[in-house]
Amino acid sequence: MSLDTRDTRDTLDLPVPDPGLHEEERFTDSDEAAGRRAYRQVVGLLAAVPVLAITFVVVYFAVPADAQLVLFGSAFKAHPVLLGLTGGVAVLAIGVALIHWARTIMGDQDVVEERHPAGSSAEARQAAAAVFAEGVEQSGIGRRKLIGMGLAGGVGILAVPAVVMLADMGPWPTAAVRAETIERTIWAQAVRIVNDVNNLPVKAAEVELGQLINAQPENLHELQESDPVAYQREKAKAALIVVRMDPAAIRIPASRQDWQVDGILAYSKICTHVGCPISLWEQQTHHLLCPCHQSTFDLANSGVVVFGPAARSLPQLPIMVDDEGFLVARSDFTVPVGPSYFERDSSRDFKEGDD
Amino acid sequence: MAKPAPVSPAVPQAQTPAAHTEPAPAAPGGLVGWVDDRVPVSSILKKALRKAFPDHWSFLLGEIALYSFIILLLTGVFLTIWFKPSMAEVTYGGSYALMRGVPMSEAFASTIGISFDVRGGLLVRQIHHWAAILFVASMAVHMLRVFFTGAFRKPREINWLIGVGLLQLGMIEGFAGYSLPDDLLSGTGLRFVDGLIRSIPVVGTWAEFFVFGGEFPGDVVIPRLYMVHILLVPGILLALISAHMALLVYHKHTHFPGPGRKDTNVVGQPLFPVYAAKAGGFFFIVFGVTILMGALMQINPVWLFGPYNPAQVTAGSQPDWYMGFVEGAIRIIPNWEWHLWGTTWSWNIALPGLGLMGLLVILPAIYPFVERWITGDTREHHVLDRPRNVPNRTAFGVAAMTCYGLFWLAGGNDILATQFSVSLNNVTHFMRVAVFVGPVVAFIITKRIALSLQRRDAERVLHGSETGVIVRQPDGGYTEAHAPVTDETAFTLTQHQQPAALAPSAGLDGRGVRRTGGRIGRLRARLSGWYAGGQIAKPTADEIAEAAHHGGADHPAIEDDDTPALPGGSH
Amino acid sequence: MRARRHKAARPLVVVAALVLLGAVYAGLSPATTGVADDATTSAQVEQGRQLFAVSCASCHGLNGEGLASQGAPSLAGVGAAAVDFQVRTGRMPMANPLAQAPRKPNTFTDAEIAALAAFVANLGTGPEIPTEDQYLPEGLTAEQIARGGDLFRTNCSACHNFQGSGGALPQGITAPTLIGVDAKTIHEAMRTGPGQMPVFGGGAIPDSDVKAMIGYLEEVHAQPSAGLTLGSLGPVSEGFWGWVVGIGSLVLFALWITSKAARR
Repeated sequence: MSLDTRDTRDTLDLPVPDPGLHEEERFTDSDEAAGRRAYRQVVGLLAAVPVLAITFVVVYFAVPADAQLVLFGSAFKAHPVLLGLTGGVAVLAIGVALIHWARTIMGDQDVVEERHPAGSSAEARQAAAAVFAEGVEQSGIGRRKLIGMGLAGGVGILAVPAVVMLADMGPWPTAAVRAETIERTIWAQAVRIVNDVNNLPVKAAEVELGQLINAQPENLHELQESDPVAYQREKAKAALIVVRMDPAAIRIPASRQDWQVDGILAYSKICTHVGCPISLWEQQTHHLLCPCHQSTFDLANSGVVVFGPAARSLPQLPIMVDDEGFLVARSDFTVPVGPSYFERDSSRDFKEGDD
Repeated sequence: MAKPAPVSPAVPQAQTPAAHTEPAPAAPGGLVGWVDDRVPVSSILKKALRKAFPDHWSFLLGEIALYSFIILLLTGVFLTIWFKPSMAEVTYGGSYALMRGVPMSEAFASTIGISFDVRGGLLVRQIHHWAAILFVASMAVHMLRVFFTGAFRKPREINWLIGVGLLQLGMIEGFAGYSLPDDLLSGTGLRFVDGLIRSIPVVGTWAEFFVFGGEFPGDVVIPRLYMVHILLVPGILLALISAHMALLVYHKHTHFPGPGRKDTNVVGQPLFPVYAAKAGGFFFIVFGVTILMGALMQINPVWLFGPYNPAQVTAGSQPDWYMGFVEGAIRIIPNWEWHLWGTTWSWNIALPGLGLMGLLVILPAIYPFVERWITGDTREHHVLDRPRNVPNRTAFGVAAMTCYGLFWLAGGNDILATQFSVSLNNVTHFMRVAVFVGPVVAFIITKRIALSLQRRDAERVLHGSETGVIVRQPDGGYTEAHAPVTDETAFTLTQHQQPAALAPSAGLDGRGVRRTGGRIGRLRARLSGWYAGGQIAKPTADEIAEAAHHGGADHPAIEDDDTPALPGGSH
Repeated sequence: MRARRHKAARPLVVVAALVLLGAVYAGLSPATTGVADDATTSAQVEQGRQLFAVSCASCHGLNGEGLASQGAPSLAGVGAAAVDFQVRTGRMPMANPLAQAPRKPNTFTDAEIAALAAFVANLGTGPEIPTEDQYLPEGLTAEQIARGGDLFRTNCSACHNFQGSGGALPQGITAPTLIGVDAKTIHEAMRTGPGQMPVFGGGAIPDSDVKAMIGYLEEVHAQPSAGLTLGSLGPVSEGFWGWVVGIGSLVLFALWITSKAARR
């Protein structure tokens, strides 16, 4: 029985019979001048390559790193642009020459190759099956099945040690570890709020209506020198924004009256969606937009989500004023900051209508 | 002392062959001969050098992917000479003044070093990144070509699956690659991935802590991504690409329908010299274009983004284009999250993340088998389909492209808002509806177009092509002359097969016992009927013959010398 | 019997009515907020008042008290800097009350702008027009400018993008491009918080830091690029042009490669 499932002519429905291959003569074959011109073009292209290659080397060494090319009012770095132009055109020229040669000079008659059915023939399959069966018989596994099962089980079980070897890829996030890591930040009572980068403390009286401050805890700065890895890690959770709004124009729930100072409120800068820092604050609407996926939070309403894919309101940091008039934290955040995770108890997050 | 070899009986001297009229070409000597004595190169070459490679522009798309990969390997090795995959903090002191004194990771500092303190480094960085863009783009276009022409059918299903795997790996490789410089833009993307991993139900925090070695960002994720980027994924890619090419060589390339082309042969240019020159030339062209792109179009200027800082972000933060569809999905999805008994189930992240990315793997992977199940077509195919002749498959493919494209556009919703002066929120709302409605509309429109094209083909075969030459007839009427199509064209337009739908299996078998699997069988028959229904019946031989002689008063034909034949004349 | 009226009665009644009307109006019209000081009104403030009455009062009210129906806020306390910013960049006067005032060519002279600013400053204390030493980034070291970049990326790039090319905000608002914007304008915008932009006060970001940020922006904008910048919009435009130029040109090459050479 043939295993050939290809359509052959006798099984096909062909209203018009196959006229067969047909070739026409090329210009460059029939016209001598055209043929010579094509040859000259190919050689010309190839001749350009060494010129460009040498120019490349000259540019590499001779063009200074700060040289500029000014074209159409824009300034471009001369070194990489010229290097790439010479190198790119040189390589392109080789390719174009090869193609031009193939198209116009090389013989372009089609060849026909016969195909064989993709699979093995019926005889080959039977022969293979017979050889395999003979081998199985010879191995004695037929009557001694436990060998096969034991082997399979033994190799299979080796996967367990292999997987276990990866167990130290990271600390295990048990409940205790989570409480120490992703569920807390370095904010604590009396930690001063300072402006990010310049570390200036924030005096409550100097915060203007409509002002936005990108802030961080003052104890973060020391970490930058002593433990840069911890610095990045803590900054990714402790980044803060401070805004001032008119208390009469916003809604401050009863439970959060002492979380703010005369309309100065502090919120986590880390979006509750997947953790991008947010600081697009609209002064008039009091909406805070995250640039990553456009989650929008209403800072005049305890940070509830008003648009976008974030599902939880932005955590608010309780703040107060110390005896010198600077803004300090009253405590750490009351909920974990940043993106959701499975074990997160989200019942304590502020929801619309809470007080 | 070795035993002396037995003396062989005298061997008659080899006679020089009698002189013959034409000397045979000399057997290869020198190096080739040396190799040939050890490995049967000549046996392989004598067949391989004349292998036929069908010539069509769309068959070169896979080559763009292959050559981009080679370019990535070459430029990548260059970059590894200077790149430091370490998150240890240093203070920048190189030549780029605008970063002077800024604390940053060694990875970022070494990337700036490559860009400004290694001559040619910036060019190679840009070539590398453009080649990566082209790598994934060309794989996508190649996959679309294979899909629309039905080249994934038997015996090429395995190659199709390998291709789906290559595409996914290419995307992962690209993501790992552009995250290595640890700059603000890619670091923001890594933060997104951290949130994505963390939100996976049940195992999220475990996966996050294992990938990042603890909390984000930690100090091991960049070295780990480096290992993935230069060792793990390129190794798998090389293996899969080799298998992909090996299968292509064994199965031989498919060819478009045309005169002389059958399922049992392959018609094309010989490998040596023509195809070797064209393929080799195309490598240089791809390389040249990529170099020129690296020279003339700035890409990923990390020195402008600055080092990654978890409290900084830029407006217009998007991943590279091939991750755009996930970005779009995660922007437009409503904020579905369940808070149950102290646990949080983030569907707003899991659905776009695992869900949509999983769909991009699973849907293409199962398609060949689903189509085969619907059509019942178990034949081997080497002649390609013209997309118009399989309207349902073509329409489905365009609908899938539309869905993907809309998700990709949604990923740039803020760029759309600023460039086209529309409201960001409105773009999001529009996209929420469009990703469902758009594909349906695209399906309907595409199917209609394909069916119209089929009708036009039938028209051309029966009545010839319109020439635009208006002929006035003796009785005063005006008609347009038609030029009959050549036999080659007529064959190409009518060679496609139009198999009937599967008959539904009868409810009862011969003994009156109810057949099992009847419900699935009926579904299959219904789908098959719908699928096969998307055809315009091609002209039969009788209809063609009748139309040729029909000619006459209505459709005078044009002869070679451009004088229309007299009405009623046959030719 | 006819009532006798003095022939001056009618005009007198009219005058009396007008006086009464004027008194009622004066009594009911909102007082000028803040420092209403007739004693120190200078000629400049007076000129500003007249200009204001012509160009601004229809939305902002004669005393800059604001008009909610026009969406025009009160100008008491916005300061001279706000006026200088809004009028010099042409944002004000606004033709229609739109979501966002677009930048357009300015039609006032410098003296007129100064007068308007003086008038508005008189309505209430607010940020003053900065002097050159407050905003011109001169004499900065490379480290200071680099630090200005760090400040820029912390405070500004979230809205305005890493290069100041601008960005999207909700409901059709955009953070405009900073390319080609002069130092004085940037300083004023930070201090006054125009439109939806928040205020970046001097307590948190002193003038020295603002100058460093402006210095960084000027350096970055003057920098040569390694090829066409494609709008400095990041990976979206890179992907778009990669497809159009890269795949596009290679497909064109492929068409050429596989086409048959010219036939007879």
